[in-house]
Amino acid sequence: MARVKVDNYAVADAPRLGVRGWLRWIWRQVTSMRIALILLLLLALAAIPGSVLPQWPQNPGQTKAFIDNNPFLGPLLDKTGFLDVFGSAWFTAIYVLLFLSLIGCIIPRAIAHYRAMRAPVPTVPRSLARYQPAGAEQTDVDAATAIERARAELRPRAGLLGALTGYRIRIDERDVVGRDGKDGEARGRELAMTADMGHVRELGNLIFHISLVFVLIAVGAGTLFTYRGQAIIVEGRTFTNAAVAYDTFSHGTGFDPANLEPFTVRLNSLDAVFEPSGRPKLFTAHVTLQEPGKDAVKKEVQVNRPLQVDGAKMYLQGNGYAPAFTYTDGDGNVAFQGPVVFLPQDSVYTSTGVVKVPDVTSGPQIGLKGTLLPTAVVDGEDARSIHPDPANPVIYFTAFTGDLGLDAGVPQNVYELDESKLSPVRGDDGKPLVVGLGLGDTITLPDGLGTISFDALPRFGAMDLRADPSLPWLLAAAISMLVGLAISLFATRRRIWLVAPLDSATTVVLGAALAPSHDGGVGAALDRALAATSGRVPDDDEENE
Amino acid sequence: MNNLQQLSALALWGACVLYAIAMVAYAVRLSRVAELKGTAASDKVAVSVGAEAAHASSLSSASSVTSQSSSSSPQSSSSHGGPAATQVRVGKRSSATAQQPSAPKNGGDDRATKALGIALSATFVGAILQAIGVAARGIEAGHVPWSTMYEYTISGSLVAVVVFLVVQRKRDVAYLGAGVTGLATIALGLGLTVLYQDATGLQPALQSFWLVIHVSVATIATGIFGVGFVATILQLLRDYRVSEPRQVNNRFLRMFHTPGVRVIKGNRFRFLEAVPTPKKLEALAFRLNAVGFVLWTFTVMAGAIWAEHAWGRYWGWDPKEIWSFVIWVIYAAYLHARSTQGWAGRRSAYVAVAGFVAIIMNFTIVNLVFQGLHSYAKA
Repeated sequence: MARVKVDNYAVADAPRLGVRGWLRWIWRQVTSMRIALILLLLLALAAIPGSVLPQWPQNPGQTKAFIDNNPFLGPLLDKTGFLDVFGSAWFTAIYVLLFLSLIGCIIPRAIAHYRAMRAPVPTVPRSLARYQPAGAEQTDVDAATAIERARAELRPRAGLLGALTGYRIRIDERDVVGRDGKDGEARGRELAMTADMGHVRELGNLIFHISLVFVLIAVGAGTLFTYRGQAIIVEGRTFTNAAVAYDTFSHGTGFDPANLEPFTVRLNSLDAVFEPSGRPKLFTAHVTLQEPGKDAVKKEVQVNRPLQVDGAKMYLQGNGYAPAFTYTDGDGNVAFQGPVVFLPQDSVYTSTGVVKVPDVTSGPQIGLKGTLLPTAVVDGEDARSIHPDPANPVIYFTAFTGDLGLDAGVPQNVYELDESKLSPVRGDDGKPLVVGLGLGDTITLPDGLGTISFDALPRFGAMDLRADPSLPWLLAAAISMLVGLAISLFATRRRIWLVAPLDSATTVVLGAALAPSHDGGVGAALDRALAATSGRVPDDDEENE
Repeated sequence: MNNLQQLSALALWGACVLYAIAMVAYAVRLSRVAELKGTAASDKVAVSVGAEAAHASSLSSASSVTSQSSSSSPQSSSSHGGPAATQVRVGKRSSATAQQPSAPKNGGDDRATKALGIALSATFVGAILQAIGVAARGIEAGHVPWSTMYEYTISGSLVAVVVFLVVQRKRDVAYLGAGVTGLATIALGLGLTVLYQDATGLQPALQSFWLVIHVSVATIATGIFGVGFVATILQLLRDYRVSEPRQVNNRFLRMFHTPGVRVIKGNRFRFLEAVPTPKKLEALAFRLNAVGFVLWTFTVMAGAIWAEHAWGRYWGWDPKEIWSFVIWVIYAAYLHARSTQGWAGRRSAYVAVAGFVAIIMNFTIVNLVFQGLHSYAKA
């Protein structure tokens, strides 16, 4: 077998890059600005399909329907990750590469910046003539006092923050030489001060990028230690916090569900206020929270005000009606009694749900499929709800008899009826019988199938419990990111020089500054420093140029 | 129909009309200035730069003692031009430095000055009217006026105009006026005709002080990005006008490039002579976009905190969140592109344009077409 060549040059004698060379080349490429830029643009582009196509994690129902409706494109997009963009291999690859690039770029820069910060501030150039803006100030104090005044003016902030964000100052006493071309001849002594704030911008930049890495770490840690569960609580019922009590419960690998604290939450009542137009106005869940070893406390949970418990938060995510029924079978025994959760389907709370009665005394099992109209208006054949409030609640039922399929032990959707082994109860005309049931009504089903009554209409609250211990860290990282970003964009590289002769009768302080052209405030800063040497009022409006 | 509703609509329509007038006046002024520059071809200094020149000359004429003391006098750098000569300042500042930057000297041309005066005062009165309209809407609805698309439109365009006026106070950016007032006219007109909705109470999900913080900062960021976008567009147009046409190898791109450049270099785009150099426009656009980017970062962060409060998760790749992320990444790419070799200038400007297009997408398509948790924007 031929030796695998890492590289293949046209010229045989050319020096080979070799494996290490290639790795180094790849690393250089990955950490280059150009690649980082392309990766950023790719990241933006790659995120867009996530908003256009239905996504598994966000909307499994729609995604499944999309695949079913598009027999060719659906499965293809599903296989290539377009239906779970943010968990797909290519999206992950882009951001992992991006962060690799970021880290590879930041580490050398951080080291270089650390050295630069520790390096002394550069001295004042011999001639200030070539710099703009420049100025001169006559003052009646001696040079040392003048320079000290300017120093105090430019760096009034003390402590770490001052050192990080203010000017770094250096003051030298030096010979005045070579100004008029006469090199080497000392013409007296002078004090020279440099005020430099070039380090701030780069510092902010580094803080921003390092914080970004911490944001990613916090998000990653969050997925490890998080848990969340959804539970539906009907008014008057109590929920006990345990993994099995939730309708759905998911957790990261770093969390043990056995650690859930067994507190209980009783939903005393749920207020839902709607405007006359039907728009929701206010949802409030009144609950009693009982934590182990503590007194029971009454709390209110609202949409933007979750309940804080056991390091987690319980959110009111939804609400609806859970009509209570009593089903008495043909033998006169109560085979079912209690509220059944009906899921709202639209903004006027037209809700659907099913009642499953497996335990009848004799005969086939009974299933009821119902639609609840909170404020029913009958218009000929059609009935519809016009408002989410229960002004005239009516439930329209179709009854089924047969085998509910519950005995097979296969978990079933509680909101759907498996009709494969059921047959609808038919009326005299042979069509499936639809019965309307008002609140408090009782209806006798045909063929001796018993009676059903609509007893009450409590509401339910859909509660969502979620804990993510990484949140404080994430917030801290995000805030430091924002601060770093602001510093890196708004701080300027700026250097101000002042020179004051020591041995002359009148002190004339010369000043100049070096800053990028967009730094509109440098003139004002220089003027402030110069003005401080003589005690003059600085020109404030020079900043407005 | 109550009084506040009528007041709000009237004020906003008034602002819309005034912005349209202002836009025309800005355009007249720009073309007039360009004309003047065409006649005085030898003077290459842009009119808007004229303000700075005037400022510098006023400095050198200030009552100051010029020192040439041999020990400390700098070499007279005549190559750099006059103002490098150092003046020793003694005592109080002179009052002669007060120069109105908004009134540049363009050879005492009355027409340009008059047009600018009309434009600026129309913009100013328009902004006041719009502020009244937005405030009346807020009082009528009983909550901050940025909870629906209509409210977001009227607030966002107000921010853009105010940002323009604030920057105009500090430096002469009247050349942006036509674009900014044009955008505001379109936004207000569309808002009042297409997007209008009667004021209603807030849905439970919006009843949070984060509505005040998150959406207001998003609105401000949008307004600032809007002004930056106008500067970027001018930068690109001016760049294509003044630079030699580049050889475009891609046949598809050439289809647009060649006639496009011909039009831009033509007489119709002569107003571009009156706007600053691409480099200056780029610097201005960068500063605006940088402020916008910081505010957008804050918007996304505040949105995540609010989402954590309201929906129980800080990030769920909801369409609005996706597009906010896309916008953030595009502007981050823009900031990087500025300092990447081969990308600074035109290419980074195109990235910024893409960023603003994404903002418009986020506001229109995402609100109207995509289903998501942010859907109440249109309700």
